[in-house]
Amino acid sequence: MAENEKKSILNYLLESQLYKSIIRSGVPRTRRQRMYAVLGNVFLHLHPARLPRHAVKIGYTWCMGGLSFFIFVVLTITGIMLMFYYRPTVEYAFTDIIDLGEQAPLGIMRELHRWGAHAMVLTVWLHMLRVFMTGSYKPPREFNWAVGTILMTLTMFLSFTGYLLPWDQLAIWAITVGTNMARAHPFIGSEGPGASLLTIGDLNLVTASSDVRYALLGGRFVGEATLLRFYVLHCILVPFIAMIFMAVHFWRIRKDGGISGPL
Amino acid sequence: MAKEKFIPKASVGSSQDNEISRGKFISVLSIGWLAFLAGLGGFFTALGRMFFPNVSFEPPQEFKIGFADDFEVGKVDLRFKKEFNVWVVRDKESIYALSTVCTHLGCTPNWLEAEKKFKCPCHGSGFRSTGMHFEGPAPRPLERYRIFLASDGQIVVDKNKKFNFEKGEWTRPEASLKV
Repeated sequence: MAENEKKSILNYLLESQLYKSIIRSGVPRTRRQRMYAVLGNVFLHLHPARLPRHAVKIGYTWCMGGLSFFIFVVLTITGIMLMFYYRPTVEYAFTDIIDLGEQAPLGIMRELHRWGAHAMVLTVWLHMLRVFMTGSYKPPREFNWAVGTILMTLTMFLSFTGYLLPWDQLAIWAITVGTNMARAHPFIGSEGPGASLLTIGDLNLVTASSDVRYALLGGRFVGEATLLRFYVLHCILVPFIAMIFMAVHFWRIRKDGGISGPL
Repeated sequence: MAKEKFIPKASVGSSQDNEISRGKFISVLSIGWLAFLAGLGGFFTALGRMFFPNVSFEPPQEFKIGFADDFEVGKVDLRFKKEFNVWVVRDKESIYALSTVCTHLGCTPNWLEAEKKFKCPCHGSGFRSTGMHFEGPAPRPLERYRIFLASDGQIVVDKNKKFNFEKGEWTRPEASLKV
C-alpha cells in the first residue's frame, strides 16, 4: 500500500509540468532516448552522445584532457573563493595572501589553487604528449590540434599572470624577467629587431614607453598598474578566452569524427 | 480586357526609378562593408590605445641629482637607486649614471662596498664600479644614462637616452660628465 503510494508520487512528479519542462525527454530507457537526453542538455551537448569502447580506456587516453578540464573547473571555483579575500593593490596584496594562509577559514583554497595550477600545466603537457604519440593531431583533427596549442599557450599565460599576484620578491622579479622578453619582440618591443626602423624623422615610435611591454605592465617597470592589469587578465580576460577555445576544442572532437582510435 | 502587367502590392511605387543594377548594388555593398570594417578597425585601435595611459605615476625619466661637489671621488652613490634605479659614480675625472638593471635578465644587483663590485642576487653576475662585467652570465656591461649640467649648475640625469659600451657609446660627450 505504502509502496504503491510512493510509486504514484514518483509518477506524479515525473509527469508534472515542472519536471517535464526542465527535463523534456523523461527517464531515458532506450539508446535513442539516451542520445536525445545528451543532445537536449546544454551541459552535455558538447560531449559525444555515444562513445566507442576504447575512448574510456585509461591506457589509451590517460584521461589527461578530461583531467585538464577538471582542474580548470577546480581552479575556477577556488579562484572565485580567493577573490573574496584578495585585494590587488600594492598595499594589501602580499598580506592578504598571508591572511589566506593564517586567518581565512578554508584558506587552503589558496594552496589548492596554486598546486592545481602546477598540476594543470602538467596535465596539459601530458595530454599534448598523448595526442602526439597516438597520432591524433593528423587530419581530420589538425585544426583541433591548433586550437589545443592555443589552449596550452593560454594555460601558460594564466600561470604567468597568476605568478605576480602574491606580490612577493619571487613574483616581482619573475615578472620583471619574464616581461623583459616582451621588450625583445620584433617591431613591437623597444629593444627587438626592427623597432629602430619604425621612426618618423627623429621620433622613435617604439620606445620603452610605447612598446608591448609598457602595455603589459602599464608602466616601465612592475608596479601598481601591473598588479591590477595582471589581476584582470588572470581572473577575467584569459579564462574567458580560454573557455571559448575550450568549447570549440570539445565540440570539434565530435565534429572531426570523435576520439581517435588505437593505431 | 487588355492583359496588364501584374504588379505585387508590396512593390508598389515607381519601380523604374528604384531599380538598381547588379554592379551598382555590389559596389554599394562593398562601400558598406569597407565602412563597417573601418569602424571595427577604429574601435579596436581605440581599445588598444587604452592600454597606454596618458599620465604615468612613475618617477620622472629626467631629474636633477645635485651639484658635482655632492659626490665623493671613488664612491658609488646609492641615493638614487630606490626611486630612479640609477647609481651615480664619480671617478677621478668624471661623473656617470649607471642603470641598476642587470644586463643578464633584468634583476637589480647590489653594490658591495667591501668587494668594490655590483653583485646580482639572481644569477651572480658581477660588475665593476665602471659598469664593466667581469663574472657571471651577464653578456655586456651595465648601461649608462645621459648626464649633463643644467643652467643652474646642477647635474641632470636623463634616462630616455642610453649609452652602451658594446656600441662604443661610452666615449660620447653626454655619456659622462667631465669634472
